[in-house]
Formats: sequence, C-alpha cells, structure tokens
Amino acid sequence: MATTEEVKKLAALSRISVEESELAKFTKEFDAIIAYVDAISTLKMPEGATGHLKHPLHNVMRVDSTPHPAGTYTQKLVEQFPAREGDALLVKQIIQHG
Amino acid sequence: MANLNEYTIVEAAKRLRAHEFSVQELWDACSAASNAHNQELNAFLELFPADDTAIAAAQKRIDTEGDAAPLLCGIPLAMKDNILIEGKVASAGSKMLQNYRATYDATVVQKLKDVGALFLGRTNMDEFAMGSSTEHSAYGTTKNPHDTTRVPGGSSGGSAAATAAHLAIAALGSDTGGSIRQPAAHTGIVGLKPTYGAVSRSGLIALGSSLDQIGPLTKTVEDARILYEAIRGRDPLDATSIPEHLYPTHDAKKHLRIGIPRHLLTDGIDTDVLMAFDRTLQQLTDAGHTVVDVQLPMSSYALAAYYIVMPAEVSTNLGRLDGMRYGLAKRGETLLEDYVLSRTSGFGEETRRRILLGTFVLSSGYIDAYYRKADAAREVLRREYDDAFQTVDVIAFPTTPSPAFKVGEKTDPLAMYLEDIFTVTADLTGMPALSVPMGVVERDGKQLPIGIHFTSPHQTEHILFEIGNAVEKIHNS
Repeated sequence: MATTEEVKKLAALSRISVEESELAKFTKEFDAIIAYVDAISTLKMPEGATGHLKHPLHNVMRVDSTPHPAGTYTQKLVEQFPAREGDALLVKQIIQHG
Repeated sequence: MANLNEYTIVEAAKRLRAHEFSVQELWDACSAASNAHNQELNAFLELFPADDTAIAAAQKRIDTEGDAAPLLCGIPLAMKDNILIEGKVASAGSKMLQNYRATYDATVVQKLKDVGALFLGRTNMDEFAMGSSTEHSAYGTTKNPHDTTRVPGGSSGGSAAATAAHLAIAALGSDTGGSIRQPAAHTGIVGLKPTYGAVSRSGLIALGSSLDQIGPLTKTVEDARILYEAIRGRDPLDATSIPEHLYPTHDAKKHLRIGIPRHLLTDGIDTDVLMAFDRTLQQLTDAGHTVVDVQLPMSSYALAAYYIVMPAEVSTNLGRLDGMRYGLAKRGETLLEDYVLSRTSGFGEETRRRILLGTFVLSSGYIDAYYRKADAAREVLRREYDDAFQTVDVIAFPTTPSPAFKVGEKTDPLAMYLEDIFTVTADLTGMPALSVPMGVVERDGKQLPIGIHFTSPHQTEHILFEIGNAVEKIHNS
C-alpha cells in the first residue's frame, strides 16, 4: 500500500511536484494501478524466460562521419533557448565559488 | 458526385489524373470542411495555411507524369501533433511543448513530401500520446464525429476524427499501446500499427521507444496500404528501423487460417460487440477462410506488463523535458527549482502519473519484481504468438470491448487503461496489427462503429491487408 510520503519521494526523484490538495487522490490511484500490475510480480515464468529476447537486429553501426555541415541547425536550435547569450544557452550557476 | 473531401486516396488520385478537379480544388475542399467542422470536433490543433508552392508542384507532377505520379501526390493529409514538420509547432498535445517548433522533418514527413503529399494541419492527441480518448490533451477533447458526446478514442483521436469526418483524405498517427487502432475502431475507419521498426521513428516525439510506431488512419484498407508503403523503410536516422526480409517471409494465400483466442473473450466484452465479431468470423468462413481456436495464456498478463514497460520508458524519455533548452521554461530560485517548476507546470495529470509509475517500477528494490519481470513476460508473450503463427496466419479479436464511451465517463485511470486490453499485445510483441470496421452497435439511439483486429507475424503487413480487404468486402456488400 503506497503512502503519501512515498508518492512525494517518487515525485522528488522525478523532478515534479504533487500539490498537497491532489496528493491523496494521486496516492489512491497510484495504489490501484500498482495493485493491477502486481500480477506480474507474482507470475511464475516458464524456465528460460529471461527478458533478453534475441532480436534479429543487433549492433547497428553507422559510419562515424560528419552528418551535415557544421552550423546547419545552430540558429534553429538557438532560437528555441528560453534564455541565451549570443549562441550560448544560459542556465543558473550550479557551482558557487568561494 | 461526392464532395471532394469525401474521397479516398485511391478515388482522389484517380480523379486528379483524369483532371476532374485540381490539387488546389481538393485542398480547398478539405480546408473548407476542416474550417467548418473543427470548432465542433476539435480534431485539429492547427490548420496550416495553403502551401501554394507545394500545391503547384503536385499539380505539375500529376500533369507531367500522369499515372506514373505517386498516388499520394496532391493528397491533403492530417498529421498527429507528435510528428515533426520543419518550422511547424509540434506540441505533442502538451503545454510543455506549446512553443516548440520542429527544427527538422520527421523521416515520414520527408518521405511524404518527396511523393508530393500535402499537410492540412496537426491533429489533437492525448498529451505525449498517453491516453485512449484525447481527454488528456492540454488543448481540449476531440469529439467523435458519430456522436459528439463521445470520445473518438486515443491517443490519435484527432487524426481519427479528421479522417472519419472527411476533413482530411487520410492521416498519420502513432501507436504505442493501441493509439492508432483503438481510435480507428471508435470512428469507423482503418488503422494500421506496422511491425516495430518497419517505419522510422526519427522525428516522432518519443513515448515508449521500444513500442512506438507511426502508421496510417484511412478510410479504406487499400488507402492504408498506400500510405504504409510510402512511409516505410530502413532509415539511417533510426537504428531500430529494420531492413527488408529481416524476419521469415510468409507468402500471401487466398484463404487464411484465422486464430481466435476464445479464452480471452469470456468476459468484459459487450454482448453486441461479441455478436458482431462472431458474425464477421462466420462471414469470413463462408468466404473460404478457416477459423480455429488458439491459446495465448500470457495475453491475460499483457496489459499489466504493458503498464510497467511503457511508464518506465515514459519516465526516461520525458526526463529530457526540463525547461532548459526548449519548451516551457519556468524559473525559481535554484536550478532544481527551474526543473521542478517547468515540469510540474508543463505536464498534465496523466503524464505526471505515468512518470511517477515509471520511476517506481525502475527504482532499486522494485526493478526486478516489476520491470524485469514484465520484460520476461513480454518475451513469453512473443514466443506464444510465434508458436501460434505456426498453425494460423492471423489472430483476431474485437479491437475494443465496447464502442466509443462518453466524454468524461472514465475518470478512473485504470478503467481508461483497460481500453487497451486487446491492442497492447501487438506493441509488446512488435508484430503488425490492423483494425478494420466490422459494423455498428446502437447506444442511446446512435449507431456507433466497432472494429475487428488482426495481428500477423513480423513484416507480414501484406497478410493484414489481405484479410482486411476480405472484411471490407463483406461489410460493403
């Protein structure tokens, strides 16, 4: 049975927040879904079922070359930045000095 | 004569070649129908202005190449909002990407541009394709053209409604757990989920990367084949796309053996849906096909396995959306607050629920019991299907247990997930699957379409088209 504390912890791990007002509803729904998918955790698998199904396609490689001329997409990508300085993406300072 | 927008791809292509009307007139008819009905249906999130250059180029190609011109040349299509068209917004039905403009074309878009197809607009969908009704779109629910008090299914509900209401000649959607086939069944059209890897995922906004496939929603089986043929193929930009004949080949046959997993059809299905299914099977038998029982015991666990694998991949794929490089950006005191505020404001309730679920099943202490076990169940399921295909050519069941439900009817997330109960297996196994209309059932005085669903071995879409044509023939006669 999931608790509201566990849901809060999962939210923190997921970098989202769940409002206090919706926490009880979220926890209840979360609990019902886990109870449904829990059938898998107790399911007895046939021998040899590892989850590593041999796929006929493996080790797909490509030539390590220049896919397109440098700068082709730069302007389009830079235009999407929420904050920028020239072509540099601006984010908050992570490491404080001193 | 039908209104131009009501034609199928085949009919429109034929008449364009016969110069009964021009590409411009066909575009105008679809555009006018879309503008007239979109307010009621909310099928499109955006209707694109006419691309005069593309229209003129398509007309010129038809005029000069005649019958040699691609069938999709000059055909107006609707595109799901998670497929990138360079320069256009691709929001995936989310506030998170409401200002995101695609910087490149999805491979399927490039292929369609190469054959001269036209894009009418981007269609509504459940946020990041998480849902079975379009009610989880950040931009309002799409309505079912057969009864506007009901949902069109989802997540490709906008594409389905646009095609069913003849706003577009056909559409593309994406399918992760049934998102093409379920809305196709609910709106009375054809929906194909191709073999995993048959169609490039480059430029498709990812939901569950081991499950997602782009596919057609069309008015006929032949149109689905035409659109599928135009978009399929190995792509260097998608390492999971597959070459021709990767899997064993299966020859087309005149009469097919149809496997029915009766043990899955004992409860939870509306009586009239099951009767329509049995009636269609009888008609297929009368037409020379053979119906036999097959056993697929792991299928009873498929939905549970799906709702472990898919959220796990969702929580990983949506990790990239953090308000830093593109999309919605909210700012707090710290960098962590920037992430949390952006993600919390940008994602809707269902998306947040699935991210939490995915984080849970992947977390240390639970990953063995849930994720790895679900992965093993997926393997067993695929083996069961492979074994079944030793004795049958296709496996059939109703696409959905019931016709389209009322808007707002399913408030419990689990009840909504059960909509996918028959469709998720093809996504888990990677096998192709097709939904074809199999008549109507009556609810509240309205005739609501229902669909029959066929799965076949990997890379045998041609068998699906064959059985789909047989069903279509029965229901058109």
